Amino acid sequence: MSKFHISRRGLLKGSAVAGIGLAAPTIFTSKAWASFTNEPKGDSVTLGFNVPQSGVYADEGADQLRALRLAVEHLNGEGDSGMMSTFSSKALKGNGILGKKVEFVTGDTQTKTDAARASARSMIEKDGAVMITGGSSSGPAVAVQALCQEAGVIFMAGLTHANDTTGKDRRRNGFRHFFNSYMSGAALAPVLKNAYGADRNAYYLTADYNWGYTTEQAISEATEGVGWTTVNKVLTPLGAGDFSSYIAPVLQSGADVLVLVHYGGDMVNSLTNAVQFGLRDAQANGKNFEIVVPLYSRLMAKGAGANVKGIFGSTNWHWSLPDEGSKAFTRSFGTKYGVPPSQAAHTVYCQALLYADAVERSGSFNPCGVVEALEDFEFDGLGNGKTLYRAEDHQCFKDVLVVKGKENPDNEFDLLEIVENTPVDQVTYPHDHPQFAGGALGACNAGS
Amino acid sequence: MDAIILQILNGLDKGSAYALIALGLTLIFGTLGVVNFAHGALFMIGAFCAVTLNRLLSLSHEVVDETRTDFLGNPLRVDVPYVYEWFGPDVGATIIDWSVPLAILFAIPIMVLIGLAMERGLIKHFYKRPHADQILVTFGLAIVLQEIIKAFYGANPIPTPAPEAFVGSFDFGALIGFDPQTIMYPYWRLVYFSFAILIIGAVFAFLRYTTFGMVVRAGMADRETVGLLGINIDRRFTIMFAIAACVAGLAGVMYTPILSPNYNMGMNFLVLSFVVVVVGGMGSLPGAVAAGFLLGILESFASRAEVIDIIPGINQVIIYLVAIIVLLTRPRGLLGRKGVMEE
Repeated sequence: MSKFHISRRGLLKGSAVAGIGLAAPTIFTSKAWASFTNEPKGDSVTLGFNVPQSGVYADEGADQLRALRLAVEHLNGEGDSGMMSTFSSKALKGNGILGKKVEFVTGDTQTKTDAARASARSMIEKDGAVMITGGSSSGPAVAVQALCQEAGVIFMAGLTHANDTTGKDRRRNGFRHFFNSYMSGAALAPVLKNAYGADRNAYYLTADYNWGYTTEQAISEATEGVGWTTVNKVLTPLGAGDFSSYIAPVLQSGADVLVLVHYGGDMVNSLTNAVQFGLRDAQANGKNFEIVVPLYSRLMAKGAGANVKGIFGSTNWHWSLPDEGSKAFTRSFGTKYGVPPSQAAHTVYCQALLYADAVERSGSFNPCGVVEALEDFEFDGLGNGKTLYRAEDHQCFKDVLVVKGKENPDNEFDLLEIVENTPVDQVTYPHDHPQFAGGALGACNAGS
Repeated sequence: MDAIILQILNGLDKGSAYALIALGLTLIFGTLGVVNFAHGALFMIGAFCAVTLNRLLSLSHEVVDETRTDFLGNPLRVDVPYVYEWFGPDVGATIIDWSVPLAILFAIPIMVLIGLAMERGLIKHFYKRPHADQILVTFGLAIVLQEIIKAFYGANPIPTPAPEAFVGSFDFGALIGFDPQTIMYPYWRLVYFSFAILIIGAVFAFLRYTTFGMVVRAGMADRETVGLLGINIDRRFTIMFAIAACVAGLAGVMYTPILSPNYNMGMNFLVLSFVVVVVGGMGSLPGAVAAGFLLGILESFASRAEVIDIIPGINQVIIYLVAIIVLLTRPRGLLGRKGVMEE
């Protein structure tokens, strides 16, 4: 005999419980509750600054951190507002981002891919960072960009110059303000031809990672385009310290130009070695031997001292530029820290402002809205003249500076002189150019 | 031919550094029986002696120059070193310029003191312990020393140039009848090589021609018998430890113009110097020196573009490859004696 008995009241109770049980999972996961990763809930928003604080690019990292602190001050309405006053978009009001006070956490990339990923992951998962910026190397940049894509946060790349960042490794959630290897080659080649002639034999010493490969390819293809010959290409380990055994054979190779595809501490060491071995005083093929450094920065020029005089290279930005944006940024940074900002500092400052501005314009921290606001965004007043964030590859297109180590500096920061401001048309390329082929942005990811 | 001479020359300076560190390592192992993993840190501390002296000599105070402007358009603040005021700008500039050679005098007492403190304070407690314990404690010490230097001087390399007189290079090729500008060799590297030969010669002469050295050699061969003769061999071995520390420190001082010192430079050299000691033969002084130069030159040859084209990456593994081959064919090392590390 069955004891099973259903009352009307019992049935109602049971179905109510079952209904809540069935509905609950969709309530907790629906977009109404948490539409994207690390949505800021309180009255503040956290940004993650992932910069090299040790390793061969530590100088660049330290300067980026200074600039990012300054950007946070300006966004929160403290200080003299820097480039916010010259920025063509007027969405930022100096009251944080969307009224939320900007806070930040920092991580040390150690100039290593795995360490950079680990510190970015920790800032996203533990500290709730809604955007990651900073970094001074393309290896970590590509790795962290992929991580941010998976996690559903925005990556505003720092100093990364390899074509890959907006080429084969481009991602929908990642954006690059800095210029790239291709642009360096396109800007440098005509200047080098004018200065050293069309009949030159170049020898490449190249840092053994993605930035080295794409820069070597970009510079050699561009200079071969103006008539130069490539004699040899040699890869050197990152952080080799002493480059003498790579430098010594150069003079015997038949080359009359040495291209040092090194950056940061490596470039300081390799250039110093090259000068010690007398390359700058040497004659080869009846011409003066010359050295070229494709990617130049003032911090490197300072480390290498008098060795940089007369050496050509390219740079994203320089503090002595005469436009209002550059003047405002240099004044603001110089007053606070007593030194002018480097190109590494400038690019991350711009990225922080561009991100904040995109959030204001889209009205939400949702990464997909930020992506939409940044794609094909045209702006001015951030030190590089008219600039476009191209939608197809998330690369900024702007004028490129060709610089030269200054012969007679006025002060200890006056190390580079601007030789040419190459107009943007000359460095623009189709987004499917062979040097950038094989990548796709994919869809934007808002995360949870 | 000129390429071969060039790579030999080029291997000499690195080989000199390997030889000097390995000499100290094998000296400590031969006398005290300790495998000192903190020896690379001593090399690094030596380099930072040069950095410290350079900073001490460059201590300066700020003077405002109204006639010039800085990058913001304000009156320029110029740092004037005190030595400029004490000795006049010319002599002052020369003193700062020569800070690296001067640091030799500065580093000797410091390195001797550090060596004595290390041996008396820590390492002597580990004589009777297994080699594994000795390796762990000295390795730990090396990390502590590194982090102390990092805390004071930061993580970045600090450029410490050679005196103006030694900047540039001389045309070695023209000297021996090759075409000019085929074999160039920087002056400072030549100075470094000569300095290394001098130090190595001095250590060998000290051990060979002084009574002290004779006793030490006797103690290395048979510690017990020397002790039974009423000689305090421990004290002499402590002094040898201080000398070995000093040799590593001086190697570091003079290396600063070749490689801007950073806190981690000791570790890079330590690992290679151990390979040098093993290849040369544990406890063999001439073996350590010969293997130091040999591996330095081999590394230099392996970095040639032609070689890398045939075997990519060979420049970074050549030394370890040689070590494997030597250990397989001659486990005692090139000049190793029978009975060392074989009990």
